[in-house]
Formats: sequence, structure tokens, C-alpha cells
Amino acid sequence: MKTKSLLAVVSAGALLAALAGCSPDVSAGGGSTDSAGGGDAGSCSNTIVNKDAPQVSVWAWYPNINTVVDMFNKSHDDVQVCWSNAGQGADEYAKFSTAIAAGTGAPDVVMLEAEVVPGFILQDALVDLSEHGADDVKANFSAGAWKDVSSGDSVYAIPVDGGPMAMIYRADIFTKYGITVPTTWDEYAAAAQQLKDAGGPFMGDFGSNVPAWFTALMTQNGQKAWDYESADPQKIGVNLNDAGSKKVADYWQDLVKKGLVDTKDQFNTDYIGGLANGSYATYVSAAWAPGYLTGAGASTEGDGAQWQAAPLPQWDPANPVSVNWGGSTFAVTTQAKDKDLAATVAKELYASDEELQDGVDTQTIFPLNQKMLASDAFADTPVKFFNGQTANKDVYIPAENAYEGYTYSPFTTYYYSELTKSMVSIIDGSKSGSQSLDDLQKTMTDYAKAQGFTVK
Amino acid sequence: MTNPAAVLRAPSRRRNLRRPWIGWLFIAPFGVIFLVFLVAPLVYAFYLSLFSKGLATGTTFSGAGNYVKAFTDPEFLSGIWFVIRFAVILIPIQMAVSLAAALVLDALTTRLSRFARLAIFVPYAIPAVVGTLMWGFLYSPTFGPLTDLFKVVNQSAPEILSSGNIFGGLLNIVVWQWAGYYMIIIYAALRGIDPSIYEAARIDGAGPRQIAFRIKVPMISSAMALILVFALIGTLQFFTEPQVLRPISNGSITSSFTPNIYAFDLAFRFSQFNYASTISFSLGIVVFIAVYIFLFASRKRRGGLS
Repeated sequence: MKTKSLLAVVSAGALLAALAGCSPDVSAGGGSTDSAGGGDAGSCSNTIVNKDAPQVSVWAWYPNINTVVDMFNKSHDDVQVCWSNAGQGADEYAKFSTAIAAGTGAPDVVMLEAEVVPGFILQDALVDLSEHGADDVKANFSAGAWKDVSSGDSVYAIPVDGGPMAMIYRADIFTKYGITVPTTWDEYAAAAQQLKDAGGPFMGDFGSNVPAWFTALMTQNGQKAWDYESADPQKIGVNLNDAGSKKVADYWQDLVKKGLVDTKDQFNTDYIGGLANGSYATYVSAAWAPGYLTGAGASTEGDGAQWQAAPLPQWDPANPVSVNWGGSTFAVTTQAKDKDLAATVAKELYASDEELQDGVDTQTIFPLNQKMLASDAFADTPVKFFNGQTANKDVYIPAENAYEGYTYSPFTTYYYSELTKSMVSIIDGSKSGSQSLDDLQKTMTDYAKAQGFTVK
Repeated sequence: MTNPAAVLRAPSRRRNLRRPWIGWLFIAPFGVIFLVFLVAPLVYAFYLSLFSKGLATGTTFSGAGNYVKAFTDPEFLSGIWFVIRFAVILIPIQMAVSLAAALVLDALTTRLSRFARLAIFVPYAIPAVVGTLMWGFLYSPTFGPLTDLFKVVNQSAPEILSSGNIFGGLLNIVVWQWAGYYMIIIYAALRGIDPSIYEAARIDGAGPRQIAFRIKVPMISSAMALILVFALIGTLQFFTEPQVLRPISNGSITSSFTPNIYAFDLAFRFSQFNYASTISFSLGIVVFIAVYIFLFASRKRRGGLS
């Protein structure tokens, strides 16, 4: 009897000890135990070159970031980057949001698209870099790119990659059906009709999962969706249903209704496959498109496709407007232990000639840094995807230089989710384009009020 | 006689006194995990659900306010309505398929039956995400076989993921994924029936069909009730398949398609952790009510089964 109960006690105790033993191991794998600035964002995916230097943890998903981080670490004695990939876009933001809510677990420096920066500012997640020497690098960027990451005098991120929009088109399809490259949206619609009448493929695609694309196109026709400043975060103006925006929405609904454009979701194998096999004559896209499509397997060589780049069609050719889709930045999080050091990384990572060159060579980024953007080498590079066309000089650099910046709302993801619903109703015709924007205006105004904003 | 009894009783009383804390030690390993990973998060989520925080405002205590908001929120209610409709259509199909498969397999004794059992079970062994991605390709108008099939009769293939067809598309995936698993549960229950009962039935003149429907099915009704509860809970918490198909759904899967997707998006995309907790708890309430209604109804009918 006694031995039995003793055994029971011992074994239960052993189990408990084993259980407790599980936990202390968690901190061991960090690899950055001797770091001064290194965050609690987990272990590094790269090798640290200068082990004595303090470390700064970075989350980023550029395809060539591994190379860039190695270049950075080799050229810096004062600081080392400890990089890890926490997912691309929405996946990373989900982790970052959770880390903010938890108060711990965020990296020191985080890669963000400009469109989500105001939302994270509102959550007190980002450091105002104007207090940490952001002005040192201001001259490296165009006014538009800088506006995207700043609010008043405050700067919350350092731009890296841009997305000036353009239209890429299949020269072979255009030649076959005798289409001239459209420079206005009216010409675009006419060309689409011409293609259809001749039994050709779709002119383009209006996918409901690219609300950022649709926002850019409405912005091109004068939409000023948000009146918002992070310095005065309780107030917001919502203007989604002005005449210009409605014209754009009705225009695309008309193209969809006539069967001139497809309505497929983008960024999936179906759509890429369609681009590669000639289902679309144009792709209204941004400067990252050639790199993205090459990476996704749609290239000029294999499929006999002859892609060319042309400027984005305009509403008013006398007053061309340049707009942006996508692009990314580095921001410093409020959880960074050494904010000055983290700001140094945000300013200098992906900013040296060598690092930028790698980004351009691998078609990973469209550099916003003027060191590269304004260089002759970049302008004169023949782009393989476009059969050697100097697309940077011809199309993308002028588009970027004419870009004036955009004011984002602090609830971009919610807005995009609602805009997607509007786009679905535009596609299925359950509402007119104008009506869907009127409804969207109401939805977003109500949402802003429910979230405690004063709507201007 | 009284003496030995007293002697016996004395140590047993002592044992009774000792037992409680030894018992606790035994369940401690489980208990700690249970408390840390289940009870504590639940309590914390419930705590969160009682507060509300707008993007532009601070956190304020709102009591049941969030719950009132949730149960009048058209997005949440439309999600609930979807999963209920889905459950009502899915569960009978799933039960019929798995029951039929199990009855056939139980009646067969050839080597083929062992292979068939494995083949029907395999979809369950494939991770849900992988299975869904695979179906996504099969449904694809560009890569899938449907386009070619319909070309034969000069028709264009239906867009299975369009908002009109998505219901059936998901139904097909879920039945494919789970019917094998439920089949195994039913099959195991069938194997547990004493064969002498069949013998008795045969002597009484029952044919194979009568044996199946009058003997086997009633005797495995508790297993059927079990899988029904599993399927009900699983369907009300529908998440993985629509979430995976979302990028190729051409907008037919929205952020409030099912309550779980809504909770996920609220928390991790729209940064509304408090309201997301409320939605999760509200879903929990709905699941609880649904399961209770089912168990209550089945208890009445079958007199205390399950």
C-alpha cells in the first residue's frame, strides 16, 4: 500500500517535472543571446558576420533579401541585421498586429507597404523617424514617395520599392489584330471592342481582389479618398463617390458588361496562366509586374509572348496623372530597444549601390532611391522581359517622377475588403458603378464613426 | 464479525482522506495543460469580449454591448445563416455516403474491401489545406478537367467558385474530405455487433437488406449520433476550405463568409481583437445551442442514446 502510493507520488511528480522542463528551452534557440539591440522576434535566418556588433531584428519578404542582408552585414561593423521572413503582406501584418496587441514579439524593423503605415501609426506601433535622422535620407527620394510615408513633419517609414503604374501589352497580339497602343481610356475601350469584334482575347482584367489597383485608377481620375493626418488621428474625411470615381467605376462596369475584359481574381495561377497563354492583350499593372511575372513563370522566351511597356492610359491626355500600386518601405517599431540603431538599419538597408543593384538585377524592386532611380545605368538597362525595351527610361521612371503621393486611411485593409465587395457588385451588375460607390461611401463613413473618428 | 469490519473500515477511511490529493497529482499533467492552453485563453477571450475599442478611441468597458452588436450584425448573421444552411444540406449527404460505404464494406469479405476501405479513408489523411488546393485546381477553368469535358458537348464549363456555385463546390470538397473518416467510425461500430444477432435474424427469415436496415442501422445509432455531433460542430466552425479558396474565388468568399473567417479577419486584418473575441464567443454560443437542440431532440426519440 505504502510503496504504491509513494510510487504514484513520485511518478506524478516526475511527470510534472518533465512538463515544466518543456518551457525553459524556448529561449535557447534564439542565437542572438549576446545582442544589445536584437529583438525577441526569433532566430535569424542569416549568418551574423560581425558577432560583436549589436543586432537589429528585421522582418522582410523581398525575394532577394537574404543576399541584401549579407551585403549589409559585411559592410557594417556598427550594427548587424538579424533577418527573418514572417510572411508576405497580409500574413506578416497579422503577426505584427498580434505582436502589437501583445506588447511583445515584434521585430525592431519591419517591412510594410505604404498603404498600411497609417493604420499601424494609429496603433502606436511605429516610431516617428524624423526624431531619428530621417531627414538625412530625404533627399534620396522623390516628393511623392516621401509623402506616402510621412504625415505632416513626421516620417514613419523609409521607402524602398515603388509601383508606378503603366500598361504592359502583348505586341504580338496588338500586331495580329491591328491595334494601336491606346493612350487614353477611350482608346483603350475602343481597342477592346476592336479585339472582341475580331474574335481576339480579352483586352484586360477587372479582378475583385485587386482593390488597390482600382483605388489607383480612381485616384487617377481625381479621387481624393481620404482626408487624414496621423498628427490629428481622431478626424477623417471620406470622399469615395465623387464624379471622377463614378466615371471610372461605370467605365469598367461597361467593359465587363460588354465582355471586353475578364473578371478573374489576380495573383493566382489561373490568372498568370492566362497572361502567359495570351488570354489577355494588356495588363494594367505597376513597375513590379515584369519581375513578378518572370518569377511566376510567365516570360517572354518560353511562351513566344512579346511583352512591351507603355504609359498608363489617361483620362485627360493634356493633364496626365501618374498613380502608384504597391511598393514597400522599412519602418521602426515602437518595440525596438535601440530606436536610433533600428532607424539606422531602416535608412541604410537596401540603400547601398551594391544592394540596390542586386534588387534591380534580380527584378525584385523598382528602386525609389534616387541614387539608382536617377542613374543612367538604370535608365538605359534593356529589360529582358520586354525584349530589350528600355522600359525604365521610356515608361516607369517618368511615371515615378510624376507621382505626387497619396494619403492613405488608417483602415486600409477594411476599406479594401469593402471595396472588393463593391467591385463584385460592379462585376455581377447587381449595382451600377455609381451606386456601388455611393453605398461604399456610406459604409466607410459609418465604419469611421463606429471606430470613433469624427468624420469631416 | 464486527471487529474485523471495524479494522477494515479504519484504514479505508484513511485512504479516503489521502486519495484526493494523490488523485490531483495524477491529473495534474493534464490539468496544467488544460488550464494553460484551454481555460485561460477562454477566460481571457471572454474578458476581451466585454470591452470595446475603436481604432480612434481608447478601450472602454461595454459589458454585453458587443454581444448585442454581434447578434444584430448583418455580417455575422449572414455567416451564421450560411453555415446553418451548409450543415443542413451537408450532414445528411455526408451521413448517407459514409453509411452506405460502411454497410457495403461490412457486407463484403473479399480482399477488395480492405483496399476500398483504405481508398475511401485516404482523403481524410490528406491535410485539409492540400486537399482544398487540389480541388481548387480541379475547379479551375484554365487548368481543370471541366473545361475539356464540357468542350466535348460544346458547352463552356461552369465557374464552380462563382458566388452562385460556391456552395456546391465547397459541399463537394467537405464530403470528399470527411466521408471516409465517418465511414471508419460507422464501420468500427458495425464490427462491434455480435454476429450471432445476424444469424438469429437470418433464421427468422430476414434478407440482407432487412439485416442492414433493421438490425445494423438501429444498433449503430449511437455512432451515427456521434458523427452527427462532430459534423455539426465542424460545419458551424467552417474555416479552412473557404479560407484557402479565397484567393481564387473571384470575390465570392468575403471577409464574413463564415463566422470563423469573420472573427479571423476582424482580429488579424482589421485589428479589432475585442469584437473578434465577441464574435468567437457568439459563435460558441450558437454551436452550443445547436448541439443542445440536437441532443435534446435525439434523446426524446431514442430514449437516452448518446
